[in-house]
Amino acid sequence: MLVIVPAFNEEGAIGDVVCNIRREMPGVPVLVIDDCSADGTLNLARAAGAEILALPHHLGLGGCVQAGYKLAHELGFEYVIRVDGDGQHDARDIPRIFDRLKSSGCEMVIGSRFVLENGSRASAMRSAGIRFFRAVLRPILGKPVHDPTSGFVGVNRRALGVFSRSFPLEYPEIEALVVLQRRRFRFEEVPVKMRPRIAGRSSITAAKSLYYIVHVLLGVFVNVLKYDRLLHRGPRRGPDGGVGG
Amino acid sequence: MDRLLNVTTVLSILLLIMVLVSVRRAHIRVEYSISWLLACAVMLILSRARPVLEFITAHTGVPDTPLTLFLIAGSVFLIMFFRFSIIISHLRDDNIALAQRVAILEFHIRSLGGNES
Repeated sequence: MLVIVPAFNEEGAIGDVVCNIRREMPGVPVLVIDDCSADGTLNLARAAGAEILALPHHLGLGGCVQAGYKLAHELGFEYVIRVDGDGQHDARDIPRIFDRLKSSGCEMVIGSRFVLENGSRASAMRSAGIRFFRAVLRPILGKPVHDPTSGFVGVNRRALGVFSRSFPLEYPEIEALVVLQRRRFRFEEVPVKMRPRIAGRSSITAAKSLYYIVHVLLGVFVNVLKYDRLLHRGPRRGPDGGVGG
Repeated sequence: MDRLLNVTTVLSILLLIMVLVSVRRAHIRVEYSISWLLACAVMLILSRARPVLEFITAHTGVPDTPLTLFLIAGSVFLIMFFRFSIIISHLRDDNIALAQRVAILEFHIRSLGGNES
């Protein structure tokens, strides 16, 4: 298993994030994908004991995460867990995501703030956005997703192969779910607790919210409309004999 | 109307010269200059062939001949912008894939160096 941490100008948090992951998952390699940070992110991550994948120029979150998935796929990893570099994700939840990934056989496990009431709070605007996208995704995915914007996700090798080839470049979380659904892959959610970011600011500001909604909606519907030969081969059976979806 | 057509002719010729000079100085690659040259040629021909413009106006139901000219000019440039959007999107995808490949190769090289030492 590999833990990947996409990071862009996260020098205030990245050292603690890597140390916490290494403490919770001893022996598991941690790969920080530095999206051409202008601060000390790269050096601090390296000093904390992470492997570094340094992008030559800024690609944005999707390109950054996909670079990690590509490398993990090339290196033959079976499971990859993505943890954000801003310190919002609690490393103590990683073993739970990993265990569910292995035991369920599904392609993706999402660390969700809202499966159980666990005290995690999102801003009013973000909560409204999450409710909106839950409603949009429900009929597309065929099952409810409580936290579609969560970046705390684990994927297995099948999903890794897909994401290595095709991964949304901007605001990837929601579109990635649709990409998986089009291949009849399955996902599950496990409850996690998220903290306020240790340092830095979210890339999605109030002004960008409208652009975010339009962009993601367009990406979702474009993916829904994509013709996929796999869809015409009949439903794939999961390890429990259930139909994926 | 004649003055408008003359202005369009002058602008088309100016644009044509600009594009040719840019190609000569290698500021624009030849393959990307073709769209501009075609657009200039269309505008030049229409501005000098008034009967053609009037024929189009009569058969498209556009109420005014100058409006036809601007509609055609707008359409030509919209098609060009669309074509350039496609090119830019491809370039961006290629650029991202290359940047990721460079980073991954550097990672492998560092790993090899670490193993050797």
